[in-house]
Amino acid sequence: MENLIALLVAAPLLGAAVLLCGGRRLDAVGHWIGTALAAASFVIGAILFADMLGKSADHRAMSQYLFSWIPVEGFQADVSFQLDQLSMTFVLLITGVGSLIHLYSIGYMEHDERRRRFFGYLNLFLAAMLLLVLADNYLLLYVGWEGVGLASYLLIGFWQHKPSAATAAKKAFLVNRVGDMGLSIAIMLMFTTFGSFAFGPVLGTEGHPGLVGGATEGKLTAVALMLLLAACGKSAQVPLQSWLGDAMEGPTPVSALIHAATMVTAGVYLIVRSAAIFNAAPDAQLVVTVVGAVTLLFGAIVGCAKDDIKKALAGSTMSQIGYMVLAAGLGPIGYVFAIMHLVTHGFFKAGLFLGAGSVMHGMNDEVDMRKYGGLRTYMPITFVTFGLGYLAIIGFPGLSGFFSKDKIIEAAFAKGGTEGWILGGAALLGAAITAYYMTRVMIMTFFGEKRWQPDAEGHEPHPHESPRSMTIPMIVLAFGSVFAGGFFSIGDRFLNWLEPVTGHSEGNSPVSALTVTLATMVLLVVGAGIAYAQYGRSPVPVVAPRGSLLTRAARRDLLQDDFNHVVLVRGGEHLTRSLVYVDHTLVDGVVNGTAASMGGLSGRLRKLQNGYARSYAVSMFGGVAILVAATLLMRAV
Amino acid sequence: MNPVNYLYLSALLFTIGATGVLIRRNAIVVFMCVELMLNACNLAFVVFSRLHGNLDGQIIAFFTMVVAAAEVVVGLAIIVSLFRSRHSASVDDASLMKL
Amino acid sequence: MSFPLLTATAALPAVGAIATAAVPAAQRVAAKWLALLVSLATLVLAAIVLVRFDPGGDRYQLTESHAWIKDFGVRYELGVDGIGVALVALTALLIPFVILAGWHDADPQETGSKRWRPTQGFFALILAVEAMVIISFEATDVFLFYIFFEAMLIPMYFLIGGFGDRAHEHGDDAAATQRSYAAVKFLLYNLVGGLIMLAAVIGLYVVAGNFSLQEIVQARANGSLHMATNTERWLFLGFFFAFAVKAPLWPLHTWLPNAMGEATAPVAVLITAVVDKVGTFAMLRFCLQLFPEASKWATPVILVLALISIIYGALLAVGQRDIKRLVAYASISHFGFIILGIFAMTSQGQSGATLYMVNHGISTAALMLVAGFLISRRGSRLIADYGGVQKVAPVLAGTFLIGGLATLSLPGLAPFVSEFLVLVGAFERYPAVGIVATFGIVLAALYTLVLYQRTMTGPVKAEVAEMPDLRVRELLVVAPLIALLIFLGVYPKPVTDIVNPAVQQTMSDVHKTDPKPEVEAAK
Repeated sequence: MENLIALLVAAPLLGAAVLLCGGRRLDAVGHWIGTALAAASFVIGAILFADMLGKSADHRAMSQYLFSWIPVEGFQADVSFQLDQLSMTFVLLITGVGSLIHLYSIGYMEHDERRRRFFGYLNLFLAAMLLLVLADNYLLLYVGWEGVGLASYLLIGFWQHKPSAATAAKKAFLVNRVGDMGLSIAIMLMFTTFGSFAFGPVLGTEGHPGLVGGATEGKLTAVALMLLLAACGKSAQVPLQSWLGDAMEGPTPVSALIHAATMVTAGVYLIVRSAAIFNAAPDAQLVVTVVGAVTLLFGAIVGCAKDDIKKALAGSTMSQIGYMVLAAGLGPIGYVFAIMHLVTHGFFKAGLFLGAGSVMHGMNDEVDMRKYGGLRTYMPITFVTFGLGYLAIIGFPGLSGFFSKDKIIEAAFAKGGTEGWILGGAALLGAAITAYYMTRVMIMTFFGEKRWQPDAEGHEPHPHESPRSMTIPMIVLAFGSVFAGGFFSIGDRFLNWLEPVTGHSEGNSPVSALTVTLATMVLLVVGAGIAYAQYGRSPVPVVAPRGSLLTRAARRDLLQDDFNHVVLVRGGEHLTRSLVYVDHTLVDGVVNGTAASMGGLSGRLRKLQNGYARSYAVSMFGGVAILVAATLLMRAV
Repeated sequence: MNPVNYLYLSALLFTIGATGVLIRRNAIVVFMCVELMLNACNLAFVVFSRLHGNLDGQIIAFFTMVVAAAEVVVGLAIIVSLFRSRHSASVDDASLMKL
Repeated sequence: MSFPLLTATAALPAVGAIATAAVPAAQRVAAKWLALLVSLATLVLAAIVLVRFDPGGDRYQLTESHAWIKDFGVRYELGVDGIGVALVALTALLIPFVILAGWHDADPQETGSKRWRPTQGFFALILAVEAMVIISFEATDVFLFYIFFEAMLIPMYFLIGGFGDRAHEHGDDAAATQRSYAAVKFLLYNLVGGLIMLAAVIGLYVVAGNFSLQEIVQARANGSLHMATNTERWLFLGFFFAFAVKAPLWPLHTWLPNAMGEATAPVAVLITAVVDKVGTFAMLRFCLQLFPEASKWATPVILVLALISIIYGALLAVGQRDIKRLVAYASISHFGFIILGIFAMTSQGQSGATLYMVNHGISTAALMLVAGFLISRRGSRLIADYGGVQKVAPVLAGTFLIGGLATLSLPGLAPFVSEFLVLVGAFERYPAVGIVATFGIVLAALYTLVLYQRTMTGPVKAEVAEMPDLRVRELLVVAPLIALLIFLGVYPKPVTDIVNPAVQQTMSDVHKTDPKPEVEAAK
């Protein structure tokens, strides 16, 4: 069975290689090859999952050693995989949602002449993401980590002829690189501290405590903070969140797969995977929770102000991942719920994005929600699936989001002390804002008046339901949004499944679970009610009103980009420009100056050579006279 | 007669020759002055030979004469060809061999 | 006596150079093919050397030794260790690509004069450089090394000064002026370095009484040769200065952007991927082995200079408007990494540095040669003159992107392995140095992606709308390089296996051991 693990990665990798090197002759079948290989990977994942379920909880982890990757004296990095319950969860999510989105893309990208390449990139992404979650050491994880970054770069910038897409792609890669720096430093720190960066020796396995136990708390805090930096970059957490909104320049399936369901959750995976390190570094854990809490509010506020449907959803993604990071920072009381929310979020957010894509498909690629309205009768399937996703994300009782988000809020309170109250309060507030902005999206898109506008070429939009290849994935994901949470929670199925890997402990919450649930419900109703009062009762203006100071700031991503632009971009430009000047005038100037003064000196010396034989004779005689005099003087002394 | 006096004569001849090379412009005269300097040296060599009582100086004097003879041949040829091309024997006119 | 394999690897291109130069003026194409075949044959010889080399065997293998100038104890001594053999293989590998990429670079522009034979000269000079570089990697006699270290400047001078890009924004005369400026600058910089090294070589002879690397190292190790601390330091500085100019290390770097900018792309590859490696290689072989104590004494300053090179080179690359100069500054940044790895004095750092030399050669060749193809199509080196190339020439853009990604050390491609090893190697001894160097990877992403964005994406500019995609010959150049980048990124073991023993030897020469991890593995 273990030997199948490599195939999980190999199948999509093969697809990427074939599709990208295959050339035009594969244009006709490329999308089917890509989809088939993604599905093949899912099937292998399912077989492994079935095998894993057949074993007892303690013997479920599998590993596969392929070859020695970088063997250098004292330094050992292998290409080898580890498949435990945590990785398995991700494998199923990635290949499952990934296959659905491949299917969806067949319809969505039908009219794009570079569809084959698009599927090649998608397969490349799947391979890298699977490598990320299957790696059994941090360096191999790093390969997957940057691999998904590359795929994300290629896919955000897929419509490269648009300068905005190219810029967004570059920005995403660069911001991620800052995070990667953190991962790279974390690996170096681990190497100098433990002499290894493989999961087994460092983090410990069943019955074998890892090397983590021997290190000082200061070292571990440093490692943990560097890992957090990496997670912030990949998962768009404050302060490295600015790329996610721009990343919506990519085709919508990309936003659904990479920038909602899978890649952006890699940061959460990293933290949960490194649980042993974080558990031993409470200071770092506190920072993680703060980052999570700040981001969940930040993303939610941004999501309230955006009129672009995808950017509103991007703000929501940021906010939901904030919940997961918050939970992951809580330690053993939160790890399982972070992953559970991650999975349910994968379903409903992917569903929401696909719904948004379906709407755009029918509306001439219009993204401004102020130009939608009243679409529910024109796109019934999209409306229903999007609506179910909406109910799931705001935490409507019984649906997926209700179970997973509620648990996180409870866990936040259970952290105890003042921190517990602050974090729990932030999480509750976030739930209210979530209800507000999602209701706003829902109303502006599907209810109210038609506010449709002709596009730039004057085509009136003719909203219509999308083809079946697009609606089927939406329906499947809607099922997941509705039932996954309940399925996981009944009998603590998910908890029992993951506990052997992540560990779990119940905190003692100062407030009862019922109180939390009730409070959440009340805030949910309040949030949705305000949104209804604002957008449902009166017609939505097509041109956005000026709005309050906060709204205006939120529309500009709370001025983060302006800050970056002024400090980093301008500052950097000045720095490089002045350095180019310095290099040219100072460093090179010294050399050229030497050359010039040599030239000047030789020019002056040249004048001595006047061509008159007699003056040469004088200098000869003079020289001889001096030599003779010197000799005589030497002799005299 | 004290042979050292011949050395004084040699020095005097050399100085006259050197001065002539430096101040005269006519190539023939300059050339003759060079010859004068060579002969001054010859005289000094012979005197030294006499003073030290060996023949080295005289042998070198013979060498010098041979060199001088060769020099006369080449030098006069150059001066004659210069005179033919420029109708002047002034050394200052031939100042073109500079950078 | 066995067949002198190492001599053959250098002699073959040398003979080939003469033969190519002697091809009659009318037979231009024959000269090209001759040069290509000779370079391929050299590659075969280098492959044989690689196979015959036994990583577990003696330190120097395939040795040859003959008396040369008896009065001064100069010997003709050749031998390769793991580091040398890797670089010989790199050189032999890259030259065929350089020749193939420069296939049309030296075609005469007007067929007026019968006696003017630029094509023959161009390829003969490339082969001559190959011969001299290979023998520099093989020489174990300091004097022999010095001679070829200097002699390779002559063909390089003519390659830089004599052959440039056709197109220049200020016209042919301006191009010629800038070219000769670049060539003279290259020559002067390296001659000054060489002169100082000559003084140090003579000084070494005065102290040691011979030029043999192995004998001197042995004598120093067993105590029969004592060197005063100050003497050792001065001699070290003399050698190091020359290598730092060639490498190049900040602030001795300014000749490189000029030379790489003005030369044709294949020659630029020759400079940065092949010739400059002699500098970093010589640091490992001569500086560390001959002067271990002085090397340790100078380490702090050298590390700071290397760090400045890394950051400074990358920042300047960001600010460039000229594609080739951008690659040149990126190379300066990369050479900073190599020197950092060498002087971190850890196994990881030095293995990484050696691997870096190989990988940087391949990745820069890939990026620079594709850039050269791009430039030859549009006739401009300015980044601003391009835009939207991706749309009209997707294969060219794709290979350019892969070359760029290799330059920014994307995991999965070969340069990542070496860069990470260097970073780890530096970090474990000097954490602050490692962290500062890590900023280099962000800057590398910045200059590469900005270059790609400005040239390849966005609306298609009118001037590039008719640009043809890569031709078969060009694809033949790029595809193997990219395949190699991927292969060595996934499976670098063949190279590390060869390099590791040599690095261990060097580590023991400088009497350094790796720092132990703080938490030992469970007993």
